[in-house]
Amino acid sequence: MSRRRDNYETSRWLRFKKWVDGETDPLSSGMDAIPVVTEGQMRERRKNLALRKAYDEELTRLSAEHADKTEIMKARGIRNFQKFYKVMSVILCLAIISVLLWTIAALPVTGGADNPANNEVAARYIEKGLQETGAVNIVTGMILDYRAFDTFGESCVLFIASCCVLVLLRLDADSKNDNIKKMIAESDDRHFEPKDDIILQKCACVLVPVIMIFGIYIVLNGHLSPGGGFSGGAVLGSGLILYLNAYGYKKMSRLFTEKVYRRTTLCALTFYCLAKSYSFFTGANHLESGIPTGTPGAILSSGLILPLNICVGLVVACTMYAFYTLFRKGGM
Amino acid sequence: MSFVQNFPFFSIILAMFSGIISSVLSGKKARNLSLVMIAVTTALSAGTLLFCLRTGESYPYMMGHFPAPWGNEIRAGILEGVTAVFFGVVMFLAVLGGLDHTAEDVEENKLNLFYIMIDLMLSSLLALVYTNDLFTAYVFVEINTIAGCGLIMIRQKGRSMSAAIRYMIMSQLGSGLFLIGLSILYDITGHLLMSPAKESVAALAASGAYRIPMLVIMAVVGVGLAIKSGLYPFHYWIPDTYGYATPTASAVLSGLVSKGYIFLLIKIFYRVLGYDNLVSSQMVNVLYVFGITGMVMGSLHAIHETDTRRMTAYSSVAQIGYIYMGIGLGTQYGMVAAVFHIFTHSATKALLFISAVGLYEASGDKKDYVSLRGAGYRNPLAGIGFTVGSLSMVGFPMLSGFISKLLFATSALESPHKMLPTLIVLAVSTTLNAVYFLRLVITLYSRRRPEDAPIPEVKVRSSWHLRLAILCFIAVNLVLGMWSQPIVQAIADGLAMFG
Amino acid sequence: MIQHLSLNIEETVAVILFGVGFTILLLHRNLIKKIMGMNIMDTATYLFLASKGYITGRAVPIVVDGVQEVSAYINPVPSGLVLTGIVVSVSTTALMLSLTIRLYERYHSLDLDEILILAKEEEQT
Repeated sequence: MSRRRDNYETSRWLRFKKWVDGETDPLSSGMDAIPVVTEGQMRERRKNLALRKAYDEELTRLSAEHADKTEIMKARGIRNFQKFYKVMSVILCLAIISVLLWTIAALPVTGGADNPANNEVAARYIEKGLQETGAVNIVTGMILDYRAFDTFGESCVLFIASCCVLVLLRLDADSKNDNIKKMIAESDDRHFEPKDDIILQKCACVLVPVIMIFGIYIVLNGHLSPGGGFSGGAVLGSGLILYLNAYGYKKMSRLFTEKVYRRTTLCALTFYCLAKSYSFFTGANHLESGIPTGTPGAILSSGLILPLNICVGLVVACTMYAFYTLFRKGGM
Repeated sequence: MSFVQNFPFFSIILAMFSGIISSVLSGKKARNLSLVMIAVTTALSAGTLLFCLRTGESYPYMMGHFPAPWGNEIRAGILEGVTAVFFGVVMFLAVLGGLDHTAEDVEENKLNLFYIMIDLMLSSLLALVYTNDLFTAYVFVEINTIAGCGLIMIRQKGRSMSAAIRYMIMSQLGSGLFLIGLSILYDITGHLLMSPAKESVAALAASGAYRIPMLVIMAVVGVGLAIKSGLYPFHYWIPDTYGYATPTASAVLSGLVSKGYIFLLIKIFYRVLGYDNLVSSQMVNVLYVFGITGMVMGSLHAIHETDTRRMTAYSSVAQIGYIYMGIGLGTQYGMVAAVFHIFTHSATKALLFISAVGLYEASGDKKDYVSLRGAGYRNPLAGIGFTVGSLSMVGFPMLSGFISKLLFATSALESPHKMLPTLIVLAVSTTLNAVYFLRLVITLYSRRRPEDAPIPEVKVRSSWHLRLAILCFIAVNLVLGMWSQPIVQAIADGLAMFG
Repeated sequence: MIQHLSLNIEETVAVILFGVGFTILLLHRNLIKKIMGMNIMDTATYLFLASKGYITGRAVPIVVDGVQEVSAYINPVPSGLVLTGIVVSVSTTALMLSLTIRLYERYHSLDLDEILILAKEEEQT
């Protein structure tokens, strides 16, 4: 006979179950969230909530006190709805998976050399890519020359996403609106972290130059080896973020401000736009573009691909850094 | 190659470039640039349209130095030209009509970001219209989605933020399905450009290979784009989104964005999957059922609403249902009617959203029926605009809505199995439309009762942009209603070119 | 069918992940988990694409020693598509996260249902 546990509330299983259900946060004891509104407002808001969670608590309380039946029935109805919701989501998930598995079973086998996807398109990229684009890395040659319009669209996606994040999160320091002033004060969370952390600073001292050089290497060798503008730009961005974390905004603002961000993005995207427009225009009108592809394998080769990679790298690095600072404190 | 043939490419790049430049301009300059850019791109699209009408054929345009199966391509024809011109006109008038409210709703130093969204929105719409490449279509669908989300949430008041996150979630579901559909299609055809992909699909259909994947591709791409355009069972995001954005954004989102996706869907059906395959796979019947359900349910929801903007938004659900019903009829006529209804709906819905602004101005920014009582006398032009839009939605003769209902009805006669349900649902839906739109129009022109809350001191005269935009929208509606024949002819020719 | 699925093991995994991600994005109430679901869904698609480009025993499409035969390299197209797709997914993730931050600041909740109810109440008052 197993021992009866009367401390079910604190058992591991319950805590695990709660965590799976998303009710508790395992880290919650380790972090102290600062309530932004006053307690009274919070209580009012919570009170207004006629939500399932509230009903659940109600249910436990009610069943403990043996309160009248109708309320329990009501709460049970809501709990049943919750169960129904869960069951339905599992069924939907399984339905999608089974339809797609059914499809997969009819698709060609992975890794086959004569699959329909390995047709004349891929063949030309491999056989003539080096001569036509000058890029040793065929994938780079493909995305920045054969299918450059997609890639231009992709940089615009990044650009417009950063604009949207700016709209949402940028807080203007010289704003007259009191609400925004309050938000600026709240979002400044620097004083929760150690200032001038010596370990972090020394590590950053060693790492940042290496990261930056590695990022630049990836960007510049995009047409020769794995890598390219996006991956290199992401590395550069992470280097900037590390530097910021170690030395703080004040030191960073000597190097990188919003003005710098705007100008870099503008110049890089403008160059990208103009260069690609030129090449699209000449291509469609069957004119010679007059851009030499150089000797394959040399760093200064493959026509526009190298400058375009640099542009994409700059845009991505700036955007990553901008995302980070905007998420942290709503400005650069 | 004649110089005119470059125009589609110029218009896309111009719109993108002005978006990029706007990031360093002040709000006012960005606004002016945006207006000029929209006018110029519309003129360029008109040039393309005239060229295609003169030569009578469509042409592909290489984006780069490499021909069809290798490089990116766009393609221009009559239908693309008509749609691009029309989208340009509606976009211009929507931006013009909402100028003052945009300036009010958006923080001043973020105004240029609003116009970046407008610019990139236009460029992505043009790219969706002209594209001849599936993956380009995916990338620009994403630009369109993000720009749409930006337009909603830039008004950081009220429920627009929660509306934006809902919109984003539903759009991402749609994009995910669309992308997986493209991946499967690439796997079995090996092409991303539409023309070679269509050849492979035709060969596969003839040999009977990969039947199951083809079916799933049709379903997944269809459902993905249907979610994004707000077809009935996936419409939950629509009322919040259209109801709480700034007026320009509401007009653009309801009039253009959902139409861009539908246009893309039609293009994929015709240019990649093959319309005959679609009809034989019964996929059209699914769209048909969703469409007619949407026509009725959207109207029923609209009748329940007390907030007039949400009512107009729910009426969009019904109108999207009309379009999908036209696609689902499975005949050439049905498709013509659907495309014509795309134009009708974007002109009319934009007119309703923009003229409603004038009415709210005259009612102290309240949006419920009671406050709007008598607003038609307080702001006569906006009242007329709203009345014209409502009558057009109901299907009053001489207005565009009448023509599209007529086209739907005649095309229903062509398909024997679907004739009866189509006609019945058309009649029911028209009646329901009349119930809620005419109720609002009557409210607008009834005298205020003494027990109504007094209206605060309001400006009765709207600014000249708003009045100009309303007048132009009314004119567009009349043109579509009275000179519909050449437009219908152009649509039919353009669809034939899709071939 | 099972045998075919075991041959297509990458796609099978990708498709299962896609279904899981899709369902989380559609039905989970927590916004952060919704965003995770979106990322799972996108990544599953990239896994699907990448495995479709792979050809057994061939090298990455970077020309080595001037060898330019088709039989030497895998299909470069899916790799390029994945690259483009990743950028798109990064952008949408950033946008969704920033929306979540603002919504949390205003409503102090990550539960979408709760946020929608609070937003409605806020409007009515």
